[in-house]
Amino acid sequence: MAGSILVYALHDGAGKFNNNSLGAISEAAKLAGELGSQAGVVVVGDVADDACAALGAYGATKVHRAKAVEEGLAQPVVDVMAKVMNEDDYSYALFGGGLLGFEIGAGLTARLNAGVTMEVTAVKVAEGKLVAERPVLQDTAIVDVGYVGDKGIIIGRLNAFDLKENAGGQAEVVDIEVELSEWSTRARMRQRGEQRGADVNIEDADILVGGGRGLGEKDNFKLAEDLAEALGGAVAATRAVVDAGWYPYAAQIGQTGKTVAPKLYLAAGISGAIQHKVGMQNSEHILAVNKDPNAPIFEFCDLGVVGDLHKILPKLTEALKAKRAG
Amino acid sequence: MKICCLVKEVPDAAVQKRIDSGTKRLDRSGEKNLSPFDTHGIEAAMQIREGGAAEVDEIVAVTMGPETAVRALHKSVALGADRSVHLTDGALQGSDVNATGYALAKVLESEQPDLVLLGQQSDDGECYTIGAVVADHLKMPSLTQVIEIKLEDGKLICERQAEYGYDTVEIDLPAVISVGDAINEPRYPSLKAIMGAKKKPLDTKATGDVGIEAGEVGEGGSKTQVLGINPPPAKESGEVFEDEDTAETVAKIVAWLDERKLI
Repeated sequence: MAGSILVYALHDGAGKFNNNSLGAISEAAKLAGELGSQAGVVVVGDVADDACAALGAYGATKVHRAKAVEEGLAQPVVDVMAKVMNEDDYSYALFGGGLLGFEIGAGLTARLNAGVTMEVTAVKVAEGKLVAERPVLQDTAIVDVGYVGDKGIIIGRLNAFDLKENAGGQAEVVDIEVELSEWSTRARMRQRGEQRGADVNIEDADILVGGGRGLGEKDNFKLAEDLAEALGGAVAATRAVVDAGWYPYAAQIGQTGKTVAPKLYLAAGISGAIQHKVGMQNSEHILAVNKDPNAPIFEFCDLGVVGDLHKILPKLTEALKAKRAG
Repeated sequence: MKICCLVKEVPDAAVQKRIDSGTKRLDRSGEKNLSPFDTHGIEAAMQIREGGAAEVDEIVAVTMGPETAVRALHKSVALGADRSVHLTDGALQGSDVNATGYALAKVLESEQPDLVLLGQQSDDGECYTIGAVVADHLKMPSLTQVIEIKLEDGKLICERQAEYGYDTVEIDLPAVISVGDAINEPRYPSLKAIMGAKKKPLDTKATGDVGIEAGEVGEGGSKTQVLGINPPPAKESGEVFEDEDTAETVAKIVAWLDERKLI
């Protein structure tokens, strides 16, 4: 039905759906309600009937399942979504935040010759069409983007869409066969979801000290660890330092890592790029130490210190220890 | 093997960026530079050339943009590209992501590369997406945000971080790969390379030269439309101060934490 919205539901390969995808389904259902259309979902891989039908709880009316297509790479999903959008007359594709959503949405844009908006934080209905709100220039302005033509792609920012369970019951599950494009078969997953480094728990900590590239080198994570210990918290990290092998993946915050909301987030040597911000911006208090006065983190922290963390962190640790002892 | 590196000229990091309220586009005046993300793509190409797993005949820097964008190409050549291609045409102005991806794919088609490399994001506009758009127009496999590339029996073995940890993916050539900044540490160009950059071949192409349909690009060919620009919801801004006396700074932080019962 025209105006209908198709959502890609990412899962871990074992049928556990990603919370950002569930949020996108909730959002699609809400918008479809306003448009008088429907929210459908695409699932790839052999996910159980029950798990697919249960997406109805978030407002999906129909789940298109491509059992034979493997989860994890974008281009096969582009083939699936392009087919479903054309044959079932969906007008929009909606993605929760995440790397695969970006890739699939981008591929779909080319395939359908449709407009795309990414990093979207809200979607509204105007004159019977969807309008995407996208923050730009380090969130200093929000652009309203409309779509020309009969299809549009909306890629949400991480955690943009709240997960809402509706009264909706079970979704209808339809199996589909999709012939993959030749080029979609030319990338093959060798290993998915490898965990690197120790398994640490940062999601339950009330206080987190986040370490970024500004720490300078791997060994300097000791400064963050000492400070975290003095504060009674744990240490988190940015993607840059995790990719560099300075800290375990399990401690990573942001786009492809964890989302946290501690009482205190102390950012040490973190510039505050959007990919990191989306994973920690709901922290109650944000304190930042960075030597670059232009670092974006100073735009959204509660207390910011422009200075050398190598000087400040050890002294702060010392002062906190002395206070505790005294 | 021929590698094309997609590069982009972006406003310098120190330039205050703004949106032109008339055109509703990013005001791209002021100091500009090669996108730092793209320097990682060029470096990745250089490392493939120097790594010896494949014979790299040519590294070509490709950009789309106004006349000034030649500076990004000169910088790319100074960093190691052998020559460059500049797609520039008034008809391209105002192209959205899809139209830009289509136009870039057309230039790349005329070059027939075995591998297309680019930075994972552009710093100023579209995020993460252009590589995947270009790939689908070219009907090539692609992967974005790659942090390691190895060549094995004429195939690429790529690593990247996705939602559930690190993925290792095998990809046949030709392919489009966007690289993350963790993939390498771009080298500094030598003075000699900087001086010689302007002497390396630079082809300037207009839309008609590479078969771009004028109706598919520019503002008219774009499928998105900026309807309005609004300020973000007001947020109480925090206090930012400079560390002059570290003992004082620390005392201030401790007092701040104390007031909020965080210690």
